[in-house]
Amino acid sequence: MGVLSAILTLTLLAGVFGLLLGYAAVRFRVEGDPIVEQIDALLPQTQCGQCGYAGCRPYAEAIAAGEAEINRCPPGGEAGMIALADLLGRDPVPLEDEEAAAKPKSVAYIREAECIGCTLCIQACPVDAILGAAKQMHSIIADECTGCELCLPPCPVECIDMVPIRETPETWRWPYPDRKPWLQEAGDA
Amino acid sequence: MHFPVASSPHLQGGNAIRSVMGQVLLALVPGTAALWWYFGWGVLINITLACVAAVAAEWVTLKLRKRDPWPAVSDLSAVVTAWLLALALPPLLPWWQTVLGSVFAIVLVKQLFGGIGYNPFNPAMAAYAFLLISFPADMTHWLQPSVLSGETLPLQQTLQAIFQGTAVLGAQWDAISGATPLDHMRTELSRNLMISEIRQSPVWGDFGGLGWEWVGNWFLLGGLFLIWRGVISWRIPVSMLAALLLVAGMFWAVDPETHPFPAFHLFSGAAILGAFFIATDPVSASTTPRGQLIYGALIGALVFVIRTWGGYPDAVAFAVLLMNMAAPTIDHYTQPRVFGAEGKGNG
Amino acid sequence: MPEYPKPAWDFHGGLHIDDHKSESLATPLREAGIPTSLTLPLQQHIGQAAEPVVQVGDEVLKGQLIARASDYVSANLHAPTSGRVVEIAERPIAHPSGLSAQCIVLESDGQDRWGELPEPIENYREADPADLRERLRWAGIVGLGGAVFPTSVKTNTTGRVIDTLILNAAECEPYITCDDRLMRDHPGDVIDGALILQHIVSAGQVLIGIEQNKPEAIAALQAEIDARGLNEMRLVVVPTKYPSGGEKQLIYLLTGIEVPSRGLPLEVGILCQNVATTAAIADAVLRGRPLISRIVTLTGEGVTQPGNLRVAIGTSIRDLVNEMGGYTAQAQRLIMGGPMMGFALGSDELPVVKGSNCFIAASREEIPDPVSASPCIRCGECVKVCPAQLLPQQLYWFARSRDFDKTQDHHLFDCIECGCCAYVCPAHIPLVQYYRFAKTEIWASERERAKADHARRRHEFHEARLKRLEEERQARLRKKKEVLRKKPASGGDPKKAAIDAAMKRVAAKKAAQRPPEQSQGPEQAPEQEKEA
Repeated sequence: MGVLSAILTLTLLAGVFGLLLGYAAVRFRVEGDPIVEQIDALLPQTQCGQCGYAGCRPYAEAIAAGEAEINRCPPGGEAGMIALADLLGRDPVPLEDEEAAAKPKSVAYIREAECIGCTLCIQACPVDAILGAAKQMHSIIADECTGCELCLPPCPVECIDMVPIRETPETWRWPYPDRKPWLQEAGDA
Repeated sequence: MHFPVASSPHLQGGNAIRSVMGQVLLALVPGTAALWWYFGWGVLINITLACVAAVAAEWVTLKLRKRDPWPAVSDLSAVVTAWLLALALPPLLPWWQTVLGSVFAIVLVKQLFGGIGYNPFNPAMAAYAFLLISFPADMTHWLQPSVLSGETLPLQQTLQAIFQGTAVLGAQWDAISGATPLDHMRTELSRNLMISEIRQSPVWGDFGGLGWEWVGNWFLLGGLFLIWRGVISWRIPVSMLAALLLVAGMFWAVDPETHPFPAFHLFSGAAILGAFFIATDPVSASTTPRGQLIYGALIGALVFVIRTWGGYPDAVAFAVLLMNMAAPTIDHYTQPRVFGAEGKGNG
Repeated sequence: MPEYPKPAWDFHGGLHIDDHKSESLATPLREAGIPTSLTLPLQQHIGQAAEPVVQVGDEVLKGQLIARASDYVSANLHAPTSGRVVEIAERPIAHPSGLSAQCIVLESDGQDRWGELPEPIENYREADPADLRERLRWAGIVGLGGAVFPTSVKTNTTGRVIDTLILNAAECEPYITCDDRLMRDHPGDVIDGALILQHIVSAGQVLIGIEQNKPEAIAALQAEIDARGLNEMRLVVVPTKYPSGGEKQLIYLLTGIEVPSRGLPLEVGILCQNVATTAAIADAVLRGRPLISRIVTLTGEGVTQPGNLRVAIGTSIRDLVNEMGGYTAQAQRLIMGGPMMGFALGSDELPVVKGSNCFIAASREEIPDPVSASPCIRCGECVKVCPAQLLPQQLYWFARSRDFDKTQDHHLFDCIECGCCAYVCPAHIPLVQYYRFAKTEIWASERERAKADHARRRHEFHEARLKRLEEERQARLRKKKEVLRKKPASGGDPKKAAIDAAMKRVAAKKAAQRPPEQSQGPEQAPEQEKEA
């Protein structure tokens, strides 16, 4: 008798909780996978494709699906990889391409004297940062350029340079303090 | 003209760590001298052994950690740890136990956690607890104060006893050894004697044990010196002793025959030493002002609890270690109000 | 008059340190000579850099506008003396980074001729505050206490009521005495400026907060107030403690009000301004002069004659030191600002700017070499001295481990970087460096995030645009298919039908054009073919 009542109680409880969970699954359903949005929010949006995917959103989806490792984004760098690791509860992984990550942030610049107006770069730019039309001068809007370098391969006359972004006193960052004495020559910072 | 560049502020005013530690050592001298007066050379030999072992252990460990040993060793923190440990040990403890405890404190409790500033537990108390649990017999063999036994052991014999074992002393050992007042009180209480009867014994002075209470007084002097110099804050000692007195007082008021007078607790064992020198170790204690009050008070209460109902006669070490564990939580919940923010304590 | 909580006589924390003020107050105020070359950075203020309105080779007169404010939060720049613009280029400036910035370099002609100046507004009480603010804006006045925030923007209170105008005469940092000198020598200018400000913001009362260690300045200001019979202006003496000159600390001392964390004094009806700024305001309104010079303290054992001098903006520090007798043999460090909050300069070939209140050429005794930091022993000394009542220890641990979210939870941006915590730290940890590092990292990551969000939106639009074009193309193709599908009802091969239709159109066109063009030659033929 005791065993029977125990089984009955547990079954009843299981039924009640099962119904509750089912109701919650329907009532509080979330459309789409929010984790993809959260991952995408951490990516630098350069849309460069260096991760092997066609932009940041596809890479975010691949990470969420478990198909891609979190260390494939050079523009995001170490900080980006750590942020992804924190979000997903995974261990940090060394960056796949350290050299690419260490490259200074740059914007593209078209040497206008050599531009032939072919519009191939305009079509390649993922953020529409290039101004121009067929047989008209092409110019890069520096504020919109993310430095993804996707415009460089299509250019038939190779007239696009990547110019590193210069640090100004406004964007300069204080360096991480060193425990050793700070005495140094100015400008070393 | 060119100039070297460093970061602001360009003025430095506070004490260096070495200066802080040096003042602590200075404050310990009166109490140590009192211990030497009442109990003989043992305490000084223990201090020497412990300090040498501690400094050597720290040096070796830092070398193994591939760091420059000199800055860490020269800040005198190892010396303070070793000194405090040695003060807590029986005067005739075998030398190798002293050394072992000292090495344990420095290597396991301090350096393996990252060195000074990173240890969650008070190294001296952790080492004391380690020795007490590992060598209960030796660690509970104390001496009678010279006011009772009439003499202190000469230096040579002290050295013999420490390095070759107390058996060397033969019959003399029985003459000079004796239980601490706390131990005495405990055993007598467990025999269901009343406090008034227990107090008849000649071992008692005004508050605590004869001789023992004066040691407490000299440490109190050192502690007040440290507060005056601003080396320690008044919060932890005052709250610890106040809580101890309060809790002991409550129980004494309810039943004066099974609980000793509150001042007994104050002047026995390591209560004063603990309040001013051990619980105030900044690395393992609470850091917020309100947190320090709570931390100290809980240590005081725990000391009474463990002394009355716990397994060991003196409780300061265990109380401090237990509260070391609680310190981060206390800090988290007692953060002071930021200027311009609303309400009491946030973040 | 508002009812305030009682003034507080002390704020939490702070330090009592030697003020080293007497060295530079022993001599009277000097007027610096006109240097041969002036370097004027386009950014000497918070906000956007000014834009030059002169070109290389232009002759300019003293007080002439040479760079215009480029945005709302920006400031004008004027020529401090007459001369010629020789360069507009990047030059080293006094900044902790050691980086250069865009500057206008003037070569003076030694004649110091004034250009045309606007009319003085002597009856400012009848002037519209907006006009007065416009005059401040024209004059390029910024906060001269060190914050260099454009005053015309600060005084634009956008309808909020200002109960109290506070003048910051505290000058709490050691070594700095330029405000003290100004108040002793020109108290009238300070009071005039205060009254002008009071009118601009319609403040109920004016409180001047000054530290106890300036008895002569106190006497001078009080005499001026008494002589003018000003009832709503009060001089309040506060105890000497660093950093009582911090804006929030001074407000608390004088009114008992705590400015909300991360908030502005404006929110509690208070406006705070440095006394040097008010003197500059008086100059601009009552004499029509722009901000082209300021009083600077030059002190320390490394300079032969420490003292205060009025110097033209743009003078190089080296010229300044030479004015005061040059360096002594002990000059070992050069600090711009005070010893607690100032930053070290690597060279003296840098220009004096609007915010330069003091330069210290220090000996090794005055400013010792920094020592290695030891680990934090959690002693809590830093907590005791923080005037913002923060937990510097916790901020240190979080900044060190780069946990920037936690630093913000612990109110990192309420830190005024006064340096009290690092001063008392027994482990000599450069605490303020950690906080500065954390702040600039947070700002940089916020900038990057904003940029990334912007790029994401552009990319999404790009994708949407391509999709739309594709859809339009598909729609066109579908329509064409529809049309062609309908055609077979008229019978025959659809392609053939299309060709026939095309040829019919050509023939029709040719028929329409042939009669008038029959007389024309063969050169018309290519055109007709092109049209088909």
